[in-house]
Amino acid sequence: MTAHEPKSRFFKANVKAALADANIQHAMRSTGPNFVGKRAKARDAMPEFDALRDRARDVKNHVLANLPLYLERYEAKVRDAGGHVHWCETPDQANRKVLEICRRVNAKKVNKGKTMVSEETGLNDFLSENGITPVETDLGEYIIQLRGETPSHIIAPAVHVTVPEIDKLFRDTHTHLPRDRDLTELSSMLAEARTILRQKYFEAEVGVTGANMLIAETGQSVIVTNEGNGDLSQSLPRVHIVLATLEKIVPTLDDAATVLRVLARSATGQEMSVYTTFSSGPRRAEDPDGPEEYHVILLDNGRSNMVGSEFEEMLRCIRCGACMNHCPVYQAVGGHAYGWVYPGPMGAVLTPSLIGVEEGGQLPNASTFCGRCEEVCPMRIPLPRMMRSWRAKEFEKRLTPTAARYGLGVWAFFAARPGLYRAATRAAMAVLGRLGRAKGGFAALPLAGGWTAHRDFPAPEGGTFMAQWAAKRGGR
Amino acid sequence: MSPHPRRVALFVTCLVDMFRPSVGFAALKLLEDAGCVVEAPAAQTCCGQPAWNSGDRETSRRIARQVIESFEGYAHVVAPSGSCAATIVKDYPAMFADEPLWRARAEALAGRTHEIVSFLTDVLGVSRVDASCAATATYHDSCSGLRALGVKAQPRALLATVAGLTLSEMKDSEVCCGFGGTFCVKYPDISNKMVEDKAAHIEGAGADLVLAGDLGCLMNMAGKLSRTGKPVKARHVVEVLAGMTDTPAIGEGKP
Repeated sequence: MTAHEPKSRFFKANVKAALADANIQHAMRSTGPNFVGKRAKARDAMPEFDALRDRARDVKNHVLANLPLYLERYEAKVRDAGGHVHWCETPDQANRKVLEICRRVNAKKVNKGKTMVSEETGLNDFLSENGITPVETDLGEYIIQLRGETPSHIIAPAVHVTVPEIDKLFRDTHTHLPRDRDLTELSSMLAEARTILRQKYFEAEVGVTGANMLIAETGQSVIVTNEGNGDLSQSLPRVHIVLATLEKIVPTLDDAATVLRVLARSATGQEMSVYTTFSSGPRRAEDPDGPEEYHVILLDNGRSNMVGSEFEEMLRCIRCGACMNHCPVYQAVGGHAYGWVYPGPMGAVLTPSLIGVEEGGQLPNASTFCGRCEEVCPMRIPLPRMMRSWRAKEFEKRLTPTAARYGLGVWAFFAARPGLYRAATRAAMAVLGRLGRAKGGFAALPLAGGWTAHRDFPAPEGGTFMAQWAAKRGGR
Repeated sequence: MSPHPRRVALFVTCLVDMFRPSVGFAALKLLEDAGCVVEAPAAQTCCGQPAWNSGDRETSRRIARQVIESFEGYAHVVAPSGSCAATIVKDYPAMFADEPLWRARAEALAGRTHEIVSFLTDVLGVSRVDASCAATATYHDSCSGLRALGVKAQPRALLATVAGLTLSEMKDSEVCCGFGGTFCVKYPDISNKMVEDKAAHIEGAGADLVLAGDLGCLMNMAGKLSRTGKPVKARHVVEVLAGMTDTPAIGEGKP
């Protein structure tokens, strides 16, 4: 099984493995809380933050209601600037288009800025199988590429890796460097990776980046990074390929600015990321540098099916990662447990949307509906509501596990018959109350193994409230 | 004829009804002390949240209709649970998006339904209680009450007037305890990790009593604290506010 094959249907097993993995647990515990505090600080420093979120939401809603119009306007602008737009429906078509361009310019190496869409298409494996070497230039992506993994977080791909693991990885990989060199400081690791990646920037014929936004008004693509690796990946090679999905479009530069103002604050708590780069096409005669060719691969991969559905609002997502940073489930198990490209609450909605509820149906179930994701989402996406919609789709398709369905049926039968319910709960609580009175709870209880494996089950007091109430008030 | 302005229907909630009637009687006392005329409509069972969150929309609507019919005609509906109150306030109108008549009835009920502590402070203007409790308590913000209904300052304000009680805030009081209704039995391993963290934060606050506004969360936290041998008691916040703490705490045995 390759790293890119979906494993979402094994969610429960993935969870067990992640909870038992001391490295993942250590890494999650040491980084997770930082994001939360930083976002809160950035929000508090900006009184108009919530109003900006409303504006950003409205921008994307407007785009989704007029998607063909803006896509066509964007395409025309890219063409005017001398670039090419390639419309692809499937991941395979997108990969083949990248390969076709690489072959035509006889590329052997492709440098990549961070792109989650390329994780959807499995671009790295595809290029490798076809004799082309992809090099990830984002530090986190570089680390997980060396480890043969996929990102576990959409903006912090190596968040699950501990510092000692990186130390060992670099010593095992960069064997030309002295074995006894000092890597105790994070900055020394960063310097080492930077030195190695600097050389690679000049070796690639093609650079592939994603896009945080595509601007219809200007035909520009926008990337947001903190390392500057995206800029070098896209401006040094002869060819720049932007790999992006349809919903990245925004109408105007002003709209892009609105989104940028909520993006970094929500993601890392920065006011702006260190680099925000607008690409306007191939190098013009008067430009000192830039790529000779500029291609945009516009991938659908299921997005157009979401437009007009109860999952349309998911297409507002700007991939900031705030939902997973604030999700207690994600923080407990890390991103790989989700089993495909997108983890956390946004992944729990997107995964079944993009690769099917049969594969991804566990994910929207693995939520307490605590609502923290929706509370922090800069685009105000109703993530819990959409997870519940997936549960409803499963229920309608009869994919809900039999035991759960049966339990729900029995409960519903009584809940809909108050008289019968009264009698049954009264009898059951009388028995449970008597059995549990001395100790106050149960260490084991039939049909409650999931509960009592980890905690005691508090005993009921005895009689029900309604029975006692009726006795006191004469059933008033 | 409009109902008595303080004629209140108590939505007991299925967990309080079955597991901890004393929470219902504490709620009753607080409401009556504030001048309410309280009734507990006999046809109530559950708000239907388990079905709604399991994706069983038809069953949810069936139970919601039953609740709407039983609770019409009262000035207010009050529940000792942010979670159940939020189901009525937020979810019932959504359940009937395509049925205008029922939607109107659901919205009318939603507008009159409240979580008890915020009802006491925000609607009735209660600013202090006549109760005492010698304890160092920490308060867990249950998710639905906090995020769907804005219950945060109200319980703390009233707890500050309880004689003998010290409130010590825990780290991450707004993070879910891992109960999540059916979540805790569907995903027991994740739920356990979450309640482990919560128990550690409760302990870290130096509290000997954990309070919350939802019995589900409390049973989860109490069960973890008792399993790991922690000497921290758990009670619903209304028990303390009503001064009714002579009963054994949640999950506590009695000789």
